[in-house]
Amino acid sequence: MSLSVPAAADPFADKPSVLEVEGLVKHFPITQGIVFQRKVGAVKAVDGVSFNLREGETLGIVGESGCGKSTLAKLLMRLEEPDAGTVKFRGEDFLSVKGDELRRLRRKIQIIFQDPYTSLNPRMSVGDIIAEPFKLHPEEKPKQGIRNRVKELLDLVGLNPEHINRYPHQFSGGQRQRIGIARGLALNPDVIICDEPVSALDVSVQAQVMNLLDDLQKEFGLSYIFIAHDLSVVRHISDRVGVMYLGKLAELGTQEEIYTGPSHPYTQALLSAVPLPDPTLRGAREQIVLQGDPPNPANPPSGCRFRTRCWKATEICATQEPELISRGQITQLSACHHAQQNEKIIPAHS
Amino acid sequence: MTQSQTPAGFTPGTRPGEVPLLEVKDLQVEFRTKAGVAKAINGLNFSLHAGETLAILGESGSGKSVTAQTIMGILDMPPGKIAGGEIRYRGEDLLSMDEESRRKLRGVKIAMIFQDALSSLNPVLPVGWQIAEMFRVHRGLKRKEAKVKAVEMMQRVGIPGAEERAGDFPHQFSGGMRQRIMIAMAIALDPDVLIADEPTTALDVTVQAQVMRLLKDLQTEFNMGLILITHDLGVVADVADKIAVMYSGRVMEAADVYEIYGRPGHPYTQGLLNSIPRIDDEGGRLRAISGLPPSLTDMPPGCPFNPRCEFATDRCRTERPELRPVAEGHLSACHYAEDVYAGTATRTRRPSPTGAGMIDVSEEAPQ
Repeated sequence: MSLSVPAAADPFADKPSVLEVEGLVKHFPITQGIVFQRKVGAVKAVDGVSFNLREGETLGIVGESGCGKSTLAKLLMRLEEPDAGTVKFRGEDFLSVKGDELRRLRRKIQIIFQDPYTSLNPRMSVGDIIAEPFKLHPEEKPKQGIRNRVKELLDLVGLNPEHINRYPHQFSGGQRQRIGIARGLALNPDVIICDEPVSALDVSVQAQVMNLLDDLQKEFGLSYIFIAHDLSVVRHISDRVGVMYLGKLAELGTQEEIYTGPSHPYTQALLSAVPLPDPTLRGAREQIVLQGDPPNPANPPSGCRFRTRCWKATEICATQEPELISRGQITQLSACHHAQQNEKIIPAHS
Repeated sequence: MTQSQTPAGFTPGTRPGEVPLLEVKDLQVEFRTKAGVAKAINGLNFSLHAGETLAILGESGSGKSVTAQTIMGILDMPPGKIAGGEIRYRGEDLLSMDEESRRKLRGVKIAMIFQDALSSLNPVLPVGWQIAEMFRVHRGLKRKEAKVKAVEMMQRVGIPGAEERAGDFPHQFSGGMRQRIMIAMAIALDPDVLIADEPTTALDVTVQAQVMRLLKDLQTEFNMGLILITHDLGVVADVADKIAVMYSGRVMEAADVYEIYGRPGHPYTQGLLNSIPRIDDEGGRLRAISGLPPSLTDMPPGCPFNPRCEFATDRCRTERPELRPVAEGHLSACHYAEDVYAGTATRTRRPSPTGAGMIDVSEEAPQ
């Protein structure tokens, strides 16, 4: 099995990049002692991540807990300062700007959080929550008046504009997530970082919120970075997908490349572990069950980080770290010395 | 999709001439709240045989966890109250039993695994001690013997280096390993019925696969009846024999797994199956179910699903549908179950574009 997936035309190939991320690193120090805190190590949460995000595109980031997905989101928002690397927003260096410049750029990158129960202030009315961005950025004050704009936003996300004076506890989880989305949209951003936006929702509500995100993207030409652990959700919403393992990208390619011809053993294992909602496929799939747990990010294995759980690992994997590059006939970028596409992981759905 | 794969003679619910391991009859559970009486379970029926896996599928608030707690007898009362019904274990009614005899069954014959292993284990005691407690309390073993048994159980559920790790505390284990410890405790006394309440929801997908495989292996080995409570349609399709779909404290549909996925006979089940993104399908727009589940203190009259249903008529808004057979071994609580099952039901409404409400088809101008 070598030649396989015909490289699907990338519809975003000629679109300009909105975000360019290069070699992003964030290490959290581990300290010992109470008064004199010595640094005894570092948790390598994000350890050299590079990608770009193009206009109108959705880049999905998947990975298991602890792989650094959420830290990546915080770095892109500058809620955490990275130790190394660059982030460019439409060519401007986002990491070195300060003061008014920073505030201007921050308007363009917004975030939606996972937990709709803790990301909204319970003592603020919905109207105040959605109007808060305008208070922090008075330059963006809407012409039609803040209250009218808030009502518009509520309507846009499928909530009743008359509920502007209600409080978060009066809404269900899905509705609260819509409030979070309205707040994210308030300043007309270019990029929205969605950190597990549907994981806390019930299946029937999850589909509503995903459709909403889809509609908003089409209407406003937004670019999304969609971080999630649910591989089905990510496939559905993403144009391109990056698979993270222990702070690094293992594989990066279009949705079709990653899901129909995964080349990195970790991607293959991850995809094969997802149960399909179809009992007739029981036992019909090749299942790769990984042994053990991911290693400690404070002390990752030498060479390839996945080698301790990989069935393909050889000597070179322990000594040489594989780069995220396109290999041979494989069109996507793969960080594996033994990258080989496997088209049988997910059977084609009839 | 084919449905010919249904094993011949398999009827969910009953096996002729055999007393089921566990039988729930018309169970009703209420909660007293400030807002009024919340009917968490509203006439629940199912039965479970040895070696069988019954999945209870439902969204949050559908009453699936309350069902598990009621069967185990660990429901907080008050505010909870069992308003009626029977739970029979090998023919004996658990609800009329005295607490002493019930305690002899709990954890021994009917055991349970919880979703959140970290908060279900005692953080200040070694895990080996916690597993050994089962043998000391219920079997009267001495400390040393119990410890040996505990290590055996840890090995059985695949914890590497069990002997050395028996002295470790819960926080020293990863999520998957903690769930394995919970499983070790649950199966320690060789129960007949194992209730797993969202056992893999908190776990990563690769670890989920390991834990589900372990549960399945143990079930076969010990010939247990397994009740799997979950909202994950993927996990259910992989392991369940039969499924009960719950909504607002009622079973909306019950059938074997091939029937439910191949030919759902209830609009809610259909809606659920249509609304999930599938990993083997890049798909277009998801067909979401509009609206929200009803509040348990303020249930709509008639069918609880009627405000969100595309096929709802006036009858659905007034008359509550009973769970009745639509095909052999396939039960559905819908007035139009036969039409839904055959795919010929008339659509009366469609979801509004925002997904928040419904639009009457008849109100739309004919194109």
